[in-house]
Amino acid sequence: METSPIDPQSIRSILATDCGSTTTKAILIEKRDDTYRLIVRGEAPTTVEAPFEDVTRGVLNAVREVEELAGRKILEGDHIITPQTGNEGVDLYVSTSSAGGGLQMMVSGLVLQMTGESAQRAALGAGAIVMDVIALNDGRRPHEKIRRLRQLRPDMILLSGGTDGGDVRRVCEMGEILLAADPKARLGAGYQLPVIYAGNKDAASVIRETLGARTALSVVPNLRPTMERENLGPARDAIHELFMEHVMAHAPGYKKLMTWSPVPIMPTPGAVGIIIETIARRDNLAVVGVDIGGATTDVFSVFQEVFNRTVSANLGMSYSVSNVMAEAGLENILRWVPFAVDEVDLRNRVKNKMIRPTTIPQSLEDLVIEQAIAREALRLAFEQHKSLAVGLKGIQSERTISDIMTQSETGGTLVSLLDLGLLVGSGGVLSHAPRRVQAALMMIDAFLPEGLTHLAVDSIFMAPQLGVLSTVHEEAASQVFVRDCLVRLGAVLAPIGTGKPGQPCLTVEVSAPGAISVTMQVPFGELALVPLPEQGTARLIARPERGFDLGAGKGKALETEVTGGVVGLILDARGRRPFALPDDPAARIERLRAWNRALDLYAREV
Amino acid sequence: MAHAYTPGLRVTDHAVIRRERRLPLKGDVLVALGAEVAADTVVARTELPGNVQTVNVAARLSLDPARVPDALRVPVGTAVRKGEVIAEGKSLFGLVRQHAIAPSDGTIESVSPVTGQLILREPPIPVDIDAYVRGVVAEVLPGEGVVVEAMGALMQGIFGVGGETFGTLRIVSPSPDEELTAEQLTEAHRGCVVVGGAYVSHRTLMHAKELGVAAVVVGGFDDRDLRELLGRDLGVAITGAEDLGLTLVLTEGFGRIRMAERTRRLLDAHEGEQASVSGATQIRAGVMRPEIVIPRASTTAGDRRSAPASLGIEVGSLLRVIREPYFGRIARVVDLPSELQPLETEARVRVMTVEFADDHARAVVPRANVELIED
Repeated sequence: METSPIDPQSIRSILATDCGSTTTKAILIEKRDDTYRLIVRGEAPTTVEAPFEDVTRGVLNAVREVEELAGRKILEGDHIITPQTGNEGVDLYVSTSSAGGGLQMMVSGLVLQMTGESAQRAALGAGAIVMDVIALNDGRRPHEKIRRLRQLRPDMILLSGGTDGGDVRRVCEMGEILLAADPKARLGAGYQLPVIYAGNKDAASVIRETLGARTALSVVPNLRPTMERENLGPARDAIHELFMEHVMAHAPGYKKLMTWSPVPIMPTPGAVGIIIETIARRDNLAVVGVDIGGATTDVFSVFQEVFNRTVSANLGMSYSVSNVMAEAGLENILRWVPFAVDEVDLRNRVKNKMIRPTTIPQSLEDLVIEQAIAREALRLAFEQHKSLAVGLKGIQSERTISDIMTQSETGGTLVSLLDLGLLVGSGGVLSHAPRRVQAALMMIDAFLPEGLTHLAVDSIFMAPQLGVLSTVHEEAASQVFVRDCLVRLGAVLAPIGTGKPGQPCLTVEVSAPGAISVTMQVPFGELALVPLPEQGTARLIARPERGFDLGAGKGKALETEVTGGVVGLILDARGRRPFALPDDPAARIERLRAWNRALDLYAREV
Repeated sequence: MAHAYTPGLRVTDHAVIRRERRLPLKGDVLVALGAEVAADTVVARTELPGNVQTVNVAARLSLDPARVPDALRVPVGTAVRKGEVIAEGKSLFGLVRQHAIAPSDGTIESVSPVTGQLILREPPIPVDIDAYVRGVVAEVLPGEGVVVEAMGALMQGIFGVGGETFGTLRIVSPSPDEELTAEQLTEAHRGCVVVGGAYVSHRTLMHAKELGVAAVVVGGFDDRDLRELLGRDLGVAITGAEDLGLTLVLTEGFGRIRMAERTRRLLDAHEGEQASVSGATQIRAGVMRPEIVIPRASTTAGDRRSAPASLGIEVGSLLRVIREPYFGRIARVVDLPSELQPLETEARVRVMTVEFADDHARAVVPRANVELIED
């Protein structure tokens, strides 16, 4: 990122917005007594769609709410007043954006199972939804491919095919089909569709001739230079770059928004990633962060000092909610719901949320269902992350013939749940959960952490804004992050192993300065909660029974400091490897209700 | 914030509708600028290159690939019929003649002295593009297609499946809160755009398909039935390419939902007229909604655009609740408190008090859970 001419010392007030696919969030930060603090937060629906089709309308609406709540003027008509004069305006405005509903791509290769699949992997790894894979042997005639290209209006196309030195003509044929289709980008006319060519290098010049004038073409090294080798890195990088340059820049109103801020508008996942990396570095921890939005769920991790990010562009709580149901399956969602639900009714609810994405649960039952869907969205996103966060930063993977046969990942996953020190949740369904313990349990159920893992949430979902702010004003971002953004929930202690319900599993002793020490025994199959101080740490001695492991070895005690939080220490003796819910519906509902009672999860029994 | 925003679907009797009609490949535009076209007028035509068949001549004739070009009986570029001998070889000192025959009608496109393969291109496939809506050719895209412009009624639905179609508009369900049943559909509805009320079942839809109904327009449909219809769970909402045999447009959503009064009134007013319908929906930024277009007979009438609907919700506004526990109910706003209020979930949000149209009971609902409807 470019250095900005901003003088941090002169900044008294900061307005930061994040334009999500569903909601635009604005925060006002002010320097009071030498410390930057969050003053108020406002939000409004994002206005990328008709009738507005201008992202800045939503920004202005969110800022107006900030004005109302803070009782001071920030806008002059449709402009943000900068710098601050008296009690009007702000010294700095920054923004992030994920408006646009994620990145939607089509990819093509010569052979569906070979270069087609490699291209798909490259696009998925870059966080795209792959709308379709077009290949010479996909069974469709050229005009059917052309019709499909036109109909889908992808944001970007990745064209691959052929190993280096291999067939040129057929690669060029794919280029010709693309040219004939002349597909239009979905976000507004008047800009050329970004196309990445990552195929046979010998065909690059012909592809340039064919597509260079009609598309925003980038030529990068072949993603499958030889049959045995995959080189996805350059294609992925190009996808990220073109997404910023073309797709986001053409989201309606985005150009105008860019002129309002002296700092480049950063994509939301990028900004959240900065925050997660900062925490991991500062506390020397393995960290997983998750940001569950309306259209996408982003997972960030730092293990063995390696940062990884994946964007599951089709898992989210509004636009993508129907896809969560399609991918997870109805049974997997319903297993988290402690009451009988009519399938027809649930299906309709989910689809209605998809077509009207800004609604919120009003009844407690509706909240429980929404949180059940969130568990599955988080679980699936984490699974995707684990499979992509592999050795060599997941950028470049060498594939041998045997890998191709088995389609196995080259490097093992870097994600180790036992090593995980801190799990941070962000995004509406976690940040806005009416009780913090609900966010804690959603994350535990979805990620199934092992041993001792600390938990936190982004209080009101401002990690994106603070991420972009930290690039120009580290001090302000860090002060607000610690004081107002990160809410420490406490920790979860989960022994690895399985047993019979009711058999002894875990004994813990928690002592905090100035508090009576607590000793608790938890039988297998149960959840329990030990309060912790909200600030500071407590001493934890945990003794697993024989056959259960907290990380020190089976039956070995764990003695450590545990950082406090608003929820406390959750003792999760429900089993790991595997974690299983009862198959019998009545038994499952009884278990879920018992766990909910143990954690005082909801205001009444559901 | 004393108002709330809702996604705006266009429901108007006076729209200017422009639809681009493009060929998948360059071809011929068959209509001139300014020409009046019907929905089924073919406006552009092209021939797509036929399928490619390969014939391994070298293997068939037991020849060295380099000798294959000399073995051709007909030169490259020649049209051949299925079964015709295209290459000939001799073996066993010239005593046995072997033949390679054309696997289909087509043109010999190339022959490779490296692989010994012959490429036969099947006859081109004609592709026609129709006008989809009755109107006037407002723009010609040379070699590619046209833009058809029409004036008339435009109703966007909230979700649809199935491609473009057109037919005579027939109101079948007598009221907007009734289910469209199989018994109401007859042979007379073949090729028609059938309008129901609050709901249609999969069974009725299948019956409509058997009868040859072009499109069904209703308030709601069950997602379970949608899965049945598509043969899969719809994940990302991108539709329009399904080959279902009929097009379905939902005006309100999933479940049993009374069709909005204004939409139904407009459809009623155009009974018997020709309607063009598309189910194509894309729910994402750059949203695309299904539509029902009813062009006016005279395309010269002025564009009397109705005033855009007010986008703010205020006391007295008529609205529909779009989430449980009051999903689908029609109500009027009686109070818009500005303070955040706790819900049963314990979330504190902006709310409004509404009075339901049917039983005049009052309820508090989150502002996020309503959408404005017009009187």
